[in-house]
Parts: sequence; structure tokens; C-alpha cells
Amino acid sequence: MKQPIFEMKAITKEFPGVKALDHVDFKIHKGRVMALLGENGAGKSTLMKILSGVYQKDDGEIIYEGKKVDIKGPKDAQEEGISIIHQELNLIPHLTIGENIFLGREPVNAFKKIDWTKLYKDSEVLLKKLKVDKSPKELVASLSIGEQQMVEIAKALSLNAKIIIMDEPTDALTKKETESLFHVIHELRAQQKSIVYISHRLEEIFQVCDDVTVLRDGKFIGEAQVKTLNEDQLIEMMVGRKLTEQFPSVVVEKGDVALEVKNLSNEYVKDISFLLRKGEILGISGLMGSGRTELAKSIYGALRKDSGKVYIDGKEVNIKSTQNALKEGIAYVSEDRKGQGLILGLSVKENMSISSLKDFESPIFKINRTKEKKAVKNYIAQMAIKTPTERQKIKNLSGGNQQKVSIAKGLMTNPKILILDEPTRGVDVGAKKEIYDLINKFKQTGMSIIMISSEMPEILGMSDRILVMHQGRITGELDRTDASQEKIMKCAVGIKEVSYKDE
Amino acid sequence: MNKKLLMKFKSIIGLIVFSLIVSVLSPRFLTVSNILNVLRQTSINSIIAAGMTFVILTGGIDLSVGSTLAFCGAVCAYFISAGMSVFLAVTIALAIGALVGLFSGIIISKGKVQPFIATLVTMTVLRGATLVFTNGKPITLGSDKASEVFSKIGAGYFLGIPIPVYLMVLVFMIAYYVLTQTRIGRYVYALGGNEEASKLSGLNVSKIKLSVYAISGMLAALAGVVITARLSSANPNAGAGYELDAIAAVVLGGTSLAGGAGSILGTIIGALIIGILSNALNLLDVSSYYQMIAKGAVILIAVLADRKEK
Repeated sequence: MKQPIFEMKAITKEFPGVKALDHVDFKIHKGRVMALLGENGAGKSTLMKILSGVYQKDDGEIIYEGKKVDIKGPKDAQEEGISIIHQELNLIPHLTIGENIFLGREPVNAFKKIDWTKLYKDSEVLLKKLKVDKSPKELVASLSIGEQQMVEIAKALSLNAKIIIMDEPTDALTKKETESLFHVIHELRAQQKSIVYISHRLEEIFQVCDDVTVLRDGKFIGEAQVKTLNEDQLIEMMVGRKLTEQFPSVVVEKGDVALEVKNLSNEYVKDISFLLRKGEILGISGLMGSGRTELAKSIYGALRKDSGKVYIDGKEVNIKSTQNALKEGIAYVSEDRKGQGLILGLSVKENMSISSLKDFESPIFKINRTKEKKAVKNYIAQMAIKTPTERQKIKNLSGGNQQKVSIAKGLMTNPKILILDEPTRGVDVGAKKEIYDLINKFKQTGMSIIMISSEMPEILGMSDRILVMHQGRITGELDRTDASQEKIMKCAVGIKEVSYKDE
Repeated sequence: MNKKLLMKFKSIIGLIVFSLIVSVLSPRFLTVSNILNVLRQTSINSIIAAGMTFVILTGGIDLSVGSTLAFCGAVCAYFISAGMSVFLAVTIALAIGALVGLFSGIIISKGKVQPFIATLVTMTVLRGATLVFTNGKPITLGSDKASEVFSKIGAGYFLGIPIPVYLMVLVFMIAYYVLTQTRIGRYVYALGGNEEASKLSGLNVSKIKLSVYAISGMLAALAGVVITARLSSANPNAGAGYELDAIAAVVLGGTSLAGGAGSILGTIIGALIIGILSNALNLLDVSSYYQMIAKGAVILIAVLADRKEK
């Protein structure tokens, strides 16, 4: 292979108490897409922060276009032509697309007045290049997440970036948006730009990347061309062990109906009816915005229902608030761990027990802390949550462990019905497997589980039955034995095809 | 560990160092009578700040406390001068304070109005109501028996210590218990940390909001009772600007205005720092004009020091 355009050699970075990077090598080739893979905590973000100048390396060297360079700050990186597109987009919603692209670098005339004509004309050229059909005068607030990402890419291009780093770019994108992003990546590659692609989704690595570098526990594990590897080999490199079976399917005798929803409608979902049995995992699939989360929140009492009935164990229930839902035995674990699931400033213990604090209350309204601590420690042990103590702030835990705390919070309310919304989003491969095992364990105890997921292998591997949603309606109901990726996709885009009915 | 301990007690250390400097500058500072004086002067602001701590921990703010103080003080004075028993008059005043808070809470949680605006409305309306109720003139208590008993709440002593100091200590003990030992306390922190997550965790978010504003209103009313009793007179313009002193005490105590983090112990220290500062400046014969400048500077320094360590 040719000489890389950018090379990091034996990069070492230490934080108090941890060696985040230990002699890591990383190469970026001109006109190629390099995947950076690793579990959470493997050192990917630290490495990218050094690359983009946010952190300074302790040791090692960086060679850029054949010359040794020192990147002292984000500004240096920008001037060298390195742009990073963060997972959380950094756009200002109430400014226009053009204003965002040229924020801080607005073209001005001789009187220092912003040259709006030039700004919008240049923006338009960039948008055209990315095939975004939007006027640069539109407000960013009116754009979808995918379109906003394109604005970030346009910004990178306007900076004449030679290297563009994308951190989990497809996490919040719909299928269609993901496709157009991939298209743009191919275009950029054709224009001899280099791209670093960070993602948890292995299938994407195979779709868009040329090379892959794997890190584990802050160490360099290997670099290879993607086409020389298969998925199992990649996973093995990431976790350092063989994952014999991703989805150990567990067969549980079908129980009685635990939950029945009849003709549920509101602002977000239309005429939803389905059954859920004891010891069953009901998968809900569908594209982003198809109303999956809204359906879950409507059942859970977080969104208002306009019409329809809900029965639990054959008895009609009237759930008007999340408190009602918990009382009736329904728990919901949010898809948005940081935004809606956890209270980041509080400890592991305080987060885990928040929904079930009443159970620990003494007659004088005092929380029985000994009892609370015991219950929390019990879940920490049962679910193998990695935390120094239960008093640790939740924000210091890794994504997978945060997710486990989120699930434990739901479990502590002793639910009959557990709704898991994207239970493995942003969770690394090893922790995913652990979460799947836990879900199967709950199932074996007779709990009824609704699992919403965008990941096809997960939905297909875990569910006993799958509902597919499209524009707020159920467009398909598939049994485990006869579901396939193609059938789900057809229902998800609104072509109703299969309908398997329970009994 | 040592550093952590130091961080935790940094405000207390700051308070002690500050007191030492003042005691060197003015020998009268460290006398029993002066210390009791400081505590009594601090009690009004402390009681209001205790309630304000609850509100700020949820991420809210209560600007109406000064007006609530004046209104409830006037109501209390009116009933006592009309011959009502002290116990009943005080109870009514506290109940009205709680209702005022509840009203702000309803505008905030049901009407989805920002706390700043909602309590600005309550503040303005209530100040007007006080002026209407009192005709703009102070209600001065007579020398009957009930008035005498009532004035003890603000001016009396028990075992050589002013009654308002006992009230202040009692308020802080209860507030400490509620915030650290009970469910509602945990919910207050949770709500301030993340409202959406709290809602999805099954907390009744509206109820928590109503509670904190009611607590704040009731404690402002208590401060109104104390101040009216101390002066044996209810001034319709009493308490103007007190909301800012209370907010300053809470912030000096390290509680985040964004909510979710802070403590009632910090608030006591914050209130004491403000109290000692004005006492010290009085002892040093600094004119009240300069005192304001000094107060602003101390708040700025304390808040900056806090930020740096974060």
C-alpha cells in the first residue's frame, strides 16, 4: 500500500490512574475510508481527540504528508485540514444553514459588513455537491438529523478538510438518510478526501470502509483491509474472545395474555391493537419516526391517549401517568439513556432506586438507606454492573453499564411488563451479549417484554414475534420462524405483506 | 482524600478565615452579644434562603419571596390588631404563604410558564395587593396582650438566645432532614437533574414543583411573621430585594442555579457569610453605600472560586 497521508506512531496518553492509549499506531490513507473500531473505553475517542487537537499526546509522533507535526489545539487541526463531525451535532438551530456553515468565518466586504450574497452562494454550491435539496436560507431547526449532518459535512468541506472524522454518524439516522450519507462518503472518497469512520455497527463497516483499525483497552490490536475479514473475525479482534452465539434463543412455553392493547390512537399512533403473552419477547421494528417510541410512551402513560383500551391480565386499566403505569406493573426503559433515562448528576444507587423509592420508605417518611443499598448492590451483582461502588456518579460509567442501571431501575419496580426501547444502542459488543442474556433471563421468569429496536439482527434474533410499524400504524406482524430482514423492511416502508395472527 | 475533604469544607473554611480577619480588625466582633446579633440578623434571610434552596435545586427560581413576606406580615399584623389569637393569626399567615407558592407552582407546572416569569408575576401582584390591603401605610401593633406575646417571636429571648435564631435552626434541621433523608428530597434533586428522566421514572413532576414553591412561600411567610413581630409593625414595603439576598446565599453555598446539585448546609454558610459581612462592615463604620459594593465583590469572588475548582 502507498504511504499514508497521516500517520500516528506509538501514541501514548495517560490520565490520572488510567493509561487511555498505550503505544497506539493509526494510519489514514488518501482517498480511503478507515474504520476505527473498539468497544466503549477502548480509546477511540481519546485517539480522535488527540488527532483533532483537543488532547495533547504524552508520547509518540504524528506524521502528516511526510512531515512531523504537532497539533497543539483544535485550531491547529482545523488549519491542517482535519475536521471532526461529532456524534452530538454542533449546529445552532435558530440560524440558517448558510450562517451555520460559515459561522465565525463569514465573508465580509471592505466595510466589514457580512457579504450575504457570497455566503449563500457558496453555501449553495456546497449543498449541491452533497446533493442536499435545501435552500441555504432555511433554518437548521427545520432540518432532520440526517440533513443537519450534511450541513456539518458541508462545513468541513468549506474548511477545505482533507481528513474528515465521523463519530457514530448513523446513530440517529433513518435508513434512507444512512444511504445518502454512504453515498456522500463514496463521493468524498472519489474526491481524494480521507475519512475516519467510527461506528458500533459492523455491517456498516463492511458497506463503506476500505480499511479498519481495531483498538482494545487502549492498545493497538491490528490494521487490515476490510475485504480480507469477516464479521466474526472483526468481533474477535474487538473483544479478544470468540462470541459463539450472539443471540442464544430461549424457548419458553407460551403463557396467558399479559397485555392487550385495543385500537389505541393518539397524535402519534393510529389504531394500534396487539397482544403480549407471559414469557414472550415482542419485537417492535420500524424506521425512525414510525411511532415505535411514541407507542411505548403512550402505553406507559407518558403520552396522552385519545382513544383505545388497554387490558392487563384481562382487566381493563386506565393509565394516565407514568406513576399509574408503574403501579399496574409496566416499566419503560428509554432509548435516550442520557437525555431521558438517567439523571447524570446522581449516583448509581440514586438512579437505580428512583422509581421504587416508596418501597424503602419508613413510617416517618425516611428512606431506609441500608435496605436501599442492599437492593441496589444485589442488582449490581446480578447484572454484573461494573462500578467501583454504588455511590459512583452514573455519568462516570460506560454506556453498557449505564444501560444496565437503566434496566435495573425498571426491574426494581417488579414489573410484569418490561418495555425496552433500543436496549443496546451505543453499547459495545461484549455488553450487548450480556444484555441479551439478561433479557432472556427475564423472559424465563415469565416476564413479558416489548423490545423496540432498529437493529435487524437483534430484532430477528431475540423476538418471539415481531410487529412492524410504519407512519404510526402496525403494518406487519411476523412470527419468529417466518420473519426475515426483507419481510420486515417491506412492512417498514409501508408495503403490507405478511400478517401472522396470534391464534 | 485530603484534598477532597478540603473541597467539601472549603466554604466552612472560608467562613472561618473570613471571621478571623474580621475579629482582628474589630475586637467587638467576637463578643457573645455581637455573634447573637449576627445570628438574629441572618435569621430572616436564612429562613427565606432555606425555601429558596428547594426551588433552586429543582432548577427553578422564586422571585416572589419578598412580596410574600410583606403580604403575610401585614395579614398577620392585621388579624392580631383585630383581636385574633397569635397562634391562629400566624397559622393563617403561613397558610397564605403556602397558597401563594402553590399559585406560582400551578402557573409553572400547569401553565408551562418559566419560573422566572411566573414568580415575577406573583411578586408584582402581591406587592400591589399588600399596598391595597394596608392602604400603603404600616400596620402598627398596639400594646395589648396578644401584641406583646406576638412581638416575642421576633424580639424575645430564650436562655439568652433570640427566638428567631431557634426558628432558623429548626427550619434548617427540618429542611436538612427532608432533603437528605426523605423521598421528596431525592425527587427534588432528580427533577433538577433531568426533568424528562424524572417523569419517565414515574415521578409526579407537577406535584414536586407545587411542593417546592409552597415550601418557599410558607418560609417567606414565616420570615414575614418574624420581621413583623420584631418591629411590632408591618411595613407594606418590607422585604423588597430580599429575594436577591436569598438567591445570593443559596449560590454562595454552592448550589447550582441549573438545579440538581447543592445542599442546605451550603445555604446556611452562604447566609452566614452575607450576615457577617454586613455586620463586619457596620462595626468598621463603612458607609452603607460602600457596603453594597463590598457585598457584590464578595459574591463574585466566592462564585469564581467555586467555578475554578469545578
